[in-house]
Amino acid sequence: MTTITHQPARERELGRRLGRWLPAIAVLGFGLVAWQWLLPALGIERYLLPPFWDVVTAFGESRDELVRAGWITFKEALGGFALGCSLAFLYALVLARWRPLGSALMPYLIAANAVPIVAFAPITNAWFGILSPWSKIVIAAVLCFFPVLVNTLRGLTSVRPESLELMRSYAAGQPSIFRRVRIPNSLPFVFSALKIASVLAMIGAVVGDYFGGSTEALGVQIVSAVSLAQYETAWAAILVASVLGIAFYAVIAVAERFALRWHPSTRGDSE
Amino acid sequence: MSDFVVSAERVTKTFGKGGVTALQEIDLEVGRGEFISLIGPSGCGKSTLLRVIGDLVPPTTGEILVNGKPAHRARLDRDYGIVFQAAVLYDWRTVAKNISLPLELGGWDRSRRADRVREMVALVELQGFEKHYPWQLSGGMQQRVSIARALSFSPALLLMDEPFGALDEMTRERLNLELLRIWAETGSTVIFVTHSISEAVFLSTRVVVMSARPGRITAIVPIDLEQPRAAETREEPRFFELVTEVREALHAGGADEIVAELEALE
Repeated sequence: MTTITHQPARERELGRRLGRWLPAIAVLGFGLVAWQWLLPALGIERYLLPPFWDVVTAFGESRDELVRAGWITFKEALGGFALGCSLAFLYALVLARWRPLGSALMPYLIAANAVPIVAFAPITNAWFGILSPWSKIVIAAVLCFFPVLVNTLRGLTSVRPESLELMRSYAAGQPSIFRRVRIPNSLPFVFSALKIASVLAMIGAVVGDYFGGSTEALGVQIVSAVSLAQYETAWAAILVASVLGIAFYAVIAVAERFALRWHPSTRGDSE
Repeated sequence: MSDFVVSAERVTKTFGKGGVTALQEIDLEVGRGEFISLIGPSGCGKSTLLRVIGDLVPPTTGEILVNGKPAHRARLDRDYGIVFQAAVLYDWRTVAKNISLPLELGGWDRSRRADRVREMVALVELQGFEKHYPWQLSGGMQQRVSIARALSFSPALLLMDEPFGALDEMTRERLNLELLRIWAETGSTVIFVTHSISEAVFLSTRVVVMSARPGRITAIVPIDLEQPRAAETREEPRFFELVTEVREALHAGGADEIVAELEALE
């Protein structure tokens, strides 16, 4: 008949989870060991990839600076993400509500989605001023905009016809159909897009920094560390950017789990 | 106000410009408390007729009155509930929330909604599953939720489009009995589209036989089996006589090749 209900003992559950993660943790360990000892043994020069522990030491030496830089760049990414995703969502609502408009614009939106938007980074610096965070926020926002728009629009419009007929038989108006059917139906699509967007926002902010910005920003620090042959510091900054990007993604993945409890994709969890 | 819950007069529906005639001059009157089955081969327009009555598609010509009002008015007044072949539950709503959706839209307050949902869950015997999501239910249970949802706001008319078509024979026979019990308890009027001759005879007060190309009504067979019907009804000689009568009406409608197909389905 039905599933769920029965919950195994908490400890056993914990043990099982640990067991599931063990292979991944082992891979991480091997990776770090190879990075630390295997690469130097193979004669990889430090300007190509310094040993792991040297990078950790470099991070320790300029920790405050790197964390502050990471925070600045992360704020740029977050601002761009919030701006780009919310505009895309609202725009998708408009296009889904007035379909002829949507179908007229869709080919261009898909084309725009394929444009390498980071190519515009030097231009936005010219628009907003090289030291302004807005030049990076806009790049991140534009990067987030198209995947969120295209996915949300697909989610809002891929509703089975009977669902709409049913709402029609209840004499429901358009606002109600959007609130109760189209928007909930779009959520799995929206969250997939938000996960992509979180990655793109970090890329946009860091690459935006590469074309100039406040000397305190992470991307600028990477560029200047490399130009000063401080490869360990550059790698430490890259690690900071990676950790921030992964954390950003993870927060959205957790929010998705929470918001889509009703979705069949969560079924593995409680069994 | 007319005594008929549904009265269709010379209803014709064509799709596309000068295209297929899905319905041709349909006249049908359905009295209060009746259980009407529409049966016929694929393409005879029985689902279209149901959708025209429900104001989901407009008729090309002709007039449909539901509760004495134009079908459009009746839809806005929420005069009917609909059940499709697929349960069409909203995946993000629990069983209880699915059943209460029409009530929310009808502006019922929270406590009245909760009371009614409890009644409806009991009616379709799904106690204990209120907080389950649709994917956690079997096909038969999903369809019961869908029926509870359609009945939750006590519509005068229940429109059902092959509601048990996707279920296995055992579940279908059980839900047939359950539907008859609910019909007797609620006193609603039902229009029921089906592919199955025996299901139509078992459930209905009248069976409307349709033929295809163009879709029209070729016969109406009154079913005089005693009420309330039970599993044993299917073994009565009269039941078999009526099944034969409906089958012959389908033959007479020029649907020989399709009757064979219908029988294979049963």
